[in-house]
Formats: sequence, structure tokens, C-alpha cells
Amino acid sequence: MNLERIKYFNINLMEKTYYNPSDLRKFKNITEWSEELGEKFFEYYGKVFEEGALSAREKSLIALAVSHVVQCPYCIDAYTQDGLQRGINREEMMEAVHVGAAIQSGATLVHGVQMMNKYNKLSM
Amino acid sequence: MKIQSLKKRNSDLSQSERQLQILSNGLFADGELPTFKERLERAGKAPLTPGKLEILQVNVGYMCNQVCAHCHVDAGPDRKEIMTRDTMKEILSVIEKTGAHTLDLTGGAPEMNPDFRWFVEEASKVGISDFIVRSNLTIIKANKKYADLPEFFKKHGIHVVSSMPHWTRGKTDKQRGDGVFDKSIQALKDLNAVGYGMPGSGLKLDLVYNPSGAFLPGNQASLEKEFKKALLEDFGIHFHELFAITNLPISRFLDYLIASENYEDYMYNLVDAFNPAAVDNVMCTNTLSVSWDGWLYDCDFNQMLEMKVQSAVQHISDFNMEILQNRKIAICQHCYGCTAGAGSSCQGSVA
Ligand code: SF4
Ligand code: SF4
Repeated sequence: MNLERIKYFNINLMEKTYYNPSDLRKFKNITEWSEELGEKFFEYYGKVFEEGALSAREKSLIALAVSHVVQCPYCIDAYTQDGLQRGINREEMMEAVHVGAAIQSGATLVHGVQMMNKYNKLSM
Repeated sequence: MKIQSLKKRNSDLSQSERQLQILSNGLFADGELPTFKERLERAGKAPLTPGKLEILQVNVGYMCNQVCAHCHVDAGPDRKEIMTRDTMKEILSVIEKTGAHTLDLTGGAPEMNPDFRWFVEEASKVGISDFIVRSNLTIIKANKKYADLPEFFKKHGIHVVSSMPHWTRGKTDKQRGDGVFDKSIQALKDLNAVGYGMPGSGLKLDLVYNPSGAFLPGNQASLEKEFKKALLEDFGIHFHELFAITNLPISRFLDYLIASENYEDYMYNLVDAFNPAAVDNVMCTNTLSVSWDGWLYDCDFNQMLEMKVQSAVQHISDFNMEILQNRKIAICQHCYGCTAGAGSSCQGSVA
């Protein structure tokens, strides 16, 4: 197979998956189809992550935890890298992921009360 | 796994032409990313030219007691390129003519050059206002003959700049080799003991931080705060400033990027983070680099890529500031490492 074909073949392969790591680089392109909303979003996004009452470092860890909860592979890549750049270590990162996981499983389990209520109501 | 120099491994990446080929092919040849030259042109900053010379950086040899995974020099114990006393004499004879106020000795481990002490003694008489030695710290602990280095530095008013990739053992040893962290901590304590790095002390001790992987350094001031807090709380160590330096995609770091399949993403990150404001202060605008064999380069990175100054004067023996001043700086895609984010130089961020 010549190089052109391999390349062509690869591109087709990539298009057959829902997630492609290199799509993260194209995130800013969403502005092309709706300039005003796209730009407003990125401006807001940038502002959110600036130093504020919370440090940018704390925000990065929160973002990492939320990325796992919403299971966004792009965000997980982005905030793992962001954490490394900020000197956040792996113990801190993993603890943040556990915070997300604990809230998510807590949210599941607390619905057990609803189940118990319904059970009791329906039972004689 | 113990790291060896690319040269010892006979890797084709030990050839500068091969590195330049990689940096010019792929993403940049396809037009997926702009070349550094194109990006400079778009920012209205081309060509890159030198300003007033302030720093003369002298690489006294590629021999080193360490073999760090990210080393842009491909340094190691096997490297035999060492500056001779004759070349040192040539440098001493032109230092004043250069008008530079800073002399910056680097390597390898500069202390391993057999004429290192002689050179420091002679150069300190020339009246340079800031005399830097880039010391990797572990050298002080490598052999008894180096144990008095802190005293020797102090005697000659040397400004010590040392590399310390992280304030935790795991990250440091992974990048620099087993035991490097503990030895570095010991060496920092020895330097503190003679007064280096202490609050208010005139004996300057600065640290250099390089990311231990395929990511860019974060904000220099925040990292400095973290380093200061951790080193003081955990080890009682003081230092002055922290310089955050971006790893440039050359030599062993390029090899690592390719082997770990991070090369393309890393180049994207560098190009994305291109900061026109950083261009005005890139290191080559105020620095000249001299190699162990006396050739002149725009910076230590160009030295490793064997891209000599583009000038009629290319060797220390023909030194002529006027002719050198009129040169254009030799660039390639590795230069994106100097202009990413807050920029990067041997003195850390520039923008
Ligand atoms: S200490 Fe410096 S010169 Fe020596 S191998 Fe490490 S990075 Fe290279
Ligand atoms: S790599 Fe050297 S020549 Fe290129 S921008 Fe940086 S200092 Fe200048």
C-alpha cells in the first residue's frame, strides 16, 4: 500500500470512532459555526479558570474531578495535563477523582431512600 | 532502566541533521502547523536579530556524571567533548571586548572539565558582574574531590544555578536517575551551609525547573512558591529564585517525545502557546553561546543542533562584535519552545 493510501485509510478509520484525541485541538473551531455564542463561551470559560476566591490550582483539581463524573475523555486529558503543568502530583489528582466518584455513588445511593419510601408505601 | 546517551546508543537522533529533518518534516511540511519562520512573519517579528550582547554562555564540555532523560545536550559520562585551556584562554582574551556583563558556564557538568577551576579563577579577575555556574548539584556529592565546591564557588562570588525538576523524590529520580533527589537535597544543604540561597544573602542560589514529561511548565511564580514551601518544610532548604524552563524538542527530549508518541501533541502545544511578546526577549537576543571547541552559536540549543551563527565570524578566535551584531539568528521549529506561554530562557520566563 502506498503512503497516500495508508493515510487515506487512517483518516477513514479515525472517522469511524466517536472520540478522537486530536479533536480536542479543534475545540476552538466550534466558533466557526456560531461565532458569537462560541466566543462568549470561551470568554466565560477563560474567566472561570482565572485566579479568584479559589486559586487556579484548586479550580484545576475541581475540573479534573468533574471531568471524570461527566466522563469526558477530552476534559480528562486536558486537566491531567493542566495539573502536571501546575505541579499537582498524582496523589492529589487521584484524591480529586475519588471526590467525584464518592459524590456520584452517593447520589446513586441516596436514591435508595426513595426506593425504601416507595417500598414501605406499597407494602402492607 | 538506566538511560544512556543517544551517542552511546548509536541512535540516529544523535545526529543533528536527523533532528533537524524531523523538526522540518511531518506536521510542518504538510502545512498542518506553521514553521517558526512563518509564525514569526505572521507576527511581524521576522527576521530574528540580536540586540545588545549581555550574556556569554560557555559550554565547557558535554561530559556529565548524570544522564537525564530530558537532556538537550545528550550529556553523559561517555561524552569526551571537553574544552581545552587554549580555548579558555581565547575566551578570556575576548570577554572584555564582548561587553557582556554575565558569564554563564554550562555543560555537561562544567565542574568535570579538568581546567574548570583554573578558568573560574582567571575569569573572575576580568570583572564580570554576574558569574553563573550551572551546577547539577549531584556533582558536589559525586566524588570527594568535588566536596569543597560550595566553598570554591563562594570564594569566587559565583552565582549558582542548579537544576531541580521537582520537590518530590519520585519525579526527580524518574527524570534524572535513582538517588539524584537525595544527593541534590544534600548538596543544597551544603550550599545553604556556606550561605548560598539564604534569605538576604548575596551568594545567589537559583533553581531551574524543567517539566518531567511532555507538558509545558506552569506559571513560574506559582511554582516558585510551591518549591519554596515544600523544600523549606520538608528539608529546611532555602533558595532565591526559581526559573521555569520549557523542554525544547531536541536531542534526548525529542527521542523521548517520539518514543512515547507525544511528539505531535507536544508540537501542537508549543505552536498553540506561541506568544509574540515572548519573541522580543528570547535568549538569543542577548546571548552568545560558545561550544567546547570554540564555535559560536546563537544559543546552547542551536549549538546542539550544530547551527552555527550566520556570520562571517563563527569562531571565538576571530571574535568581532561588530560583525556578529549584524547577523540574523538561525531558527528552526525547536525555537517554538522559547516562545510558548510566558516564554523560556536559561533565566526562566521572559514575558
Ligand atoms: S545534569 Fe544537565 S547536562 Fe547533565 S545529563 Fe542532566 S540535564 Fe544533561
Ligand atoms: S532556540 Fe535559540 S535561536 Fe531559537 S528562539 Fe530559542 S534561543 Fe533563539
